Amino acid sequence: MSEEYQSPVTLAELARMLMKLDDLLITCMRCGFCQSVCPVYGETFREADVTRGKIALLEDLAHELTLDADNVNDRLNRCLLCGSCESNCPSGVKIMDIFIRARAIVAGYRGLGAIKKLIFRTVLPRPRLFNFMIGVSSAFQWPFLRRASEKIGTSRAPILNPVLGHRHIPSLPSKTFSAAHGQIAEPGTNGQVALFPGCVPDKIFTQMSEASLKILKHHKVGVFMPDNLVCCGIPSLASGDIKSFIKLTSQNLAALAAKPFDYLVTPCATCGSNIKENWYRFIDRFSPAERTLIEQLHTKTLDITAYLVRVLKVDFKPVTNGTLAVTYHDPCHLKKGLGISAEPRAILKSLPGYKFVEMPEADRCCGNGGSFNLFHYDLSKSIGQVKRDNIVSVKPKIVATTCPACTLQLMDLLSQNKDEIEVKHVAELYAETL
Amino acid sequence: MPISPSLITEFKNLLGAQNVLTEETDRLSYAYDAAVLKQVTPGLVVLPTNEEQLGKTVKLAYENSLPITVRGSGTNLSGAVIPESSETLVILTNKLNKILEINEEDLYAVVEPGVLTAKFAATVAAKGLFYPPDPGSQTVSTLAGNVALNAGGLRGLKYGVTKDYLMGIEFFDPNGDLIKTGSRTVKCVTGYNIGGMMISSEGTLGIFSKIILKLVPPPKASQAMMAVYDSVQAASETVAAIIAAHILPCTLEFLDQKCIQVVEANAKIGLPTEAAAILLVEVDGSHQAGVDEDAAKVKEIFTKCGSTDIRVAKDAEEKNKIWEARRAALPSLARAKPTTVLEDATVPRSKIPQMVSELNRIAEKYKLEMGTFGHAGDGNLHPTILTDRRNEQEFKRVEEAVDEIFDVAIKLQGTLSGEHGIGIAKAKWMEKETNKATIEFSRRLRLALDPKYLFNAGKKIL
Repeated sequence: MSEEYQSPVTLAELARMLMKLDDLLITCMRCGFCQSVCPVYGETFREADVTRGKIALLEDLAHELTLDADNVNDRLNRCLLCGSCESNCPSGVKIMDIFIRARAIVAGYRGLGAIKKLIFRTVLPRPRLFNFMIGVSSAFQWPFLRRASEKIGTSRAPILNPVLGHRHIPSLPSKTFSAAHGQIAEPGTNGQVALFPGCVPDKIFTQMSEASLKILKHHKVGVFMPDNLVCCGIPSLASGDIKSFIKLTSQNLAALAAKPFDYLVTPCATCGSNIKENWYRFIDRFSPAERTLIEQLHTKTLDITAYLVRVLKVDFKPVTNGTLAVTYHDPCHLKKGLGISAEPRAILKSLPGYKFVEMPEADRCCGNGGSFNLFHYDLSKSIGQVKRDNIVSVKPKIVATTCPACTLQLMDLLSQNKDEIEVKHVAELYAETL
Repeated sequence: MPISPSLITEFKNLLGAQNVLTEETDRLSYAYDAAVLKQVTPGLVVLPTNEEQLGKTVKLAYENSLPITVRGSGTNLSGAVIPESSETLVILTNKLNKILEINEEDLYAVVEPGVLTAKFAATVAAKGLFYPPDPGSQTVSTLAGNVALNAGGLRGLKYGVTKDYLMGIEFFDPNGDLIKTGSRTVKCVTGYNIGGMMISSEGTLGIFSKIILKLVPPPKASQAMMAVYDSVQAASETVAAIIAAHILPCTLEFLDQKCIQVVEANAKIGLPTEAAAILLVEVDGSHQAGVDEDAAKVKEIFTKCGSTDIRVAKDAEEKNKIWEARRAALPSLARAKPTTVLEDATVPRSKIPQMVSELNRIAEKYKLEMGTFGHAGDGNLHPTILTDRRNEQEFKRVEEAVDEIFDVAIKLQGTLSGEHGIGIAKAKWMEKETNKATIEFSRRLRLALDPKYLFNAGKKIL
């Protein structure tokens, strides 16, 4: 095992391992331009919350100018991993690379909490257990839930406030997408894809997975979905649990290797960017056979909208006479992570009956950030409020996006503000026209 | 000596615990700014949220003899907000970020100190007005920081710099008393021109709380051009000839050969890498006809002065392409090596050829990679040294080279700093540019206003 993935035991070891990032850290010239785009800094105005501050802290820890690894870790985690800073950095600092690797090193030193361990190492690697848990929760959810918004489809769970806070959440489906379909091996004449729904579209927003499947079938694409896919690994990786990340990735690679495909297609922006970038980032941790597949996935992973536009070359002709206003939120992982932003808009602009309206700062982070939302809910909510105000300013009936995590956040924000605006995946809207 | 717990409690009572940062991890974040200098961690960091809190913070700190460094976004390149010592109180102005008034009839705006430059410029632009100063850090820099460093930018030649837009300012003295100077009128001769003194004071004379800024109507037409030269001399003669023809371009930028090569290697935008220099020029005005006339004259001057290739932007896209070379300059230089040392020694514009040849000589003498770009129209060049601060031997040569750059600039009747400030980085050079009496005078002035010498001590003058 390469040393990078071993857990440092002493502070000196921690410092020495962080020094391996020194060549990356040194490229930050401290200009501070990241302040202009960092959603967290925009709320707190604290330097430790912005990338320049975090990089400086990592350097301080690496050079043992501070010995307070706990606090550095805490500040490091006050980050959405949205990548806004990296796409705006004049020195081209590889910020995501630094943060992902640093989180792994620092978490290795501090250890994971019990709950994270349970989820990452027991639940996520076991798809049937996970599906079973959703099924049970679904059956018993209604005694706890109070309807919050009919239009948005959210509920409150007052009795679960200690766990969920005051979040407005979607209700759970009785059956997950994967439990309903089992393995999918749909023949087609127009190319062959592996469908990777991702946990949230599989277990909560099953309509996103159903829409993707319907679209692919409509375009006569052969679809393969193994019945033993697991979490893509991003929650583990973001928490620095590199072991779980590697294990989950290996499981997925084994499942995906069962059948050849031209592209991996997903309705989840976050899974897509994780599979394309992070699996590849840690490629040296895998076996030669796994590496071949990871390399293939690095160039052949697309979100459903980009697959339709770039690969299938579906001719989305703009319509001009629609009246139902729909706007679009750019998920960070799609636009800043994968460089996909024109494709979902092209689809939305072609939908009969709809009128596309661009919101201000459409690519501004919604504040969800996956587990960031769980551990920093108030901050996540105040970052999200800016997004909510931007959405409402263009008076849409629907806000479309391409990321289930963003969808959770947008639903919560709009529902809490009592805005009568639906949140839908671009694929859902397109599938409705087929 | 660390700041006493009882004093910290007083700050917490005054500002709320969430606005007082005591943990080492948080204080470490204010040990640096954008200058490549040694870090100094402050003792305490506070974020006042209104003017009253700001005044009381200053009073409380001064009574307790805490050194005070006021900080905006920490983007200056001279170490102006690196704390004096581990007892220093850093006051952040970022939460004082409201635009209080934009007066469209009388063409001024009143802002709090922490308002961001670009945000302010965009807000007034939405009302059909123009705030010209555009320092390189404008997307993150604060307006109080701009006043404290007299920030410049690309538009200095025609539109001036921050000092040309300061109509009035309010600030706190060491007693926490509010001092008011200037007004909302075009003319004002009431009292001393204290506002003028606050310009480029680098946090040493008072703590700004409110700023009145002049606004102007925006230009309605513009034309961008690029000219390629096979000698720096010819490019420089062009600059002089344009001014002599009584044309004031809104921007007149220069890139030397090294800079062109680094930009081209990084951004691949089709720049002539064999060229000795390129000039990027934009003329603007309120009438298209006038702008066209100026542009035609500039083009003639390009040819007369020996430009080997001239490009005139035909539309917005081409204009954007021309400016891409300048926008890409710093990012490209910054990517070439881990550490970027960006200087701003400035000379009278007629001395540019001499300055550029001296810069090349210095780069060669100290065996350093250096690219130079900058505001040719106002003689404000940015020799940029590409290095790695971990390489101690090389970094020592960088420091020696920088010293020699200052020497040369002063010899050419220029100045140490056109727009980056003196801070810590250049304080030791102040006497060389001026004289002992000037330093003594400045010190007496400071002591009169700040008897305990607590306002950003160690900056500006030693």
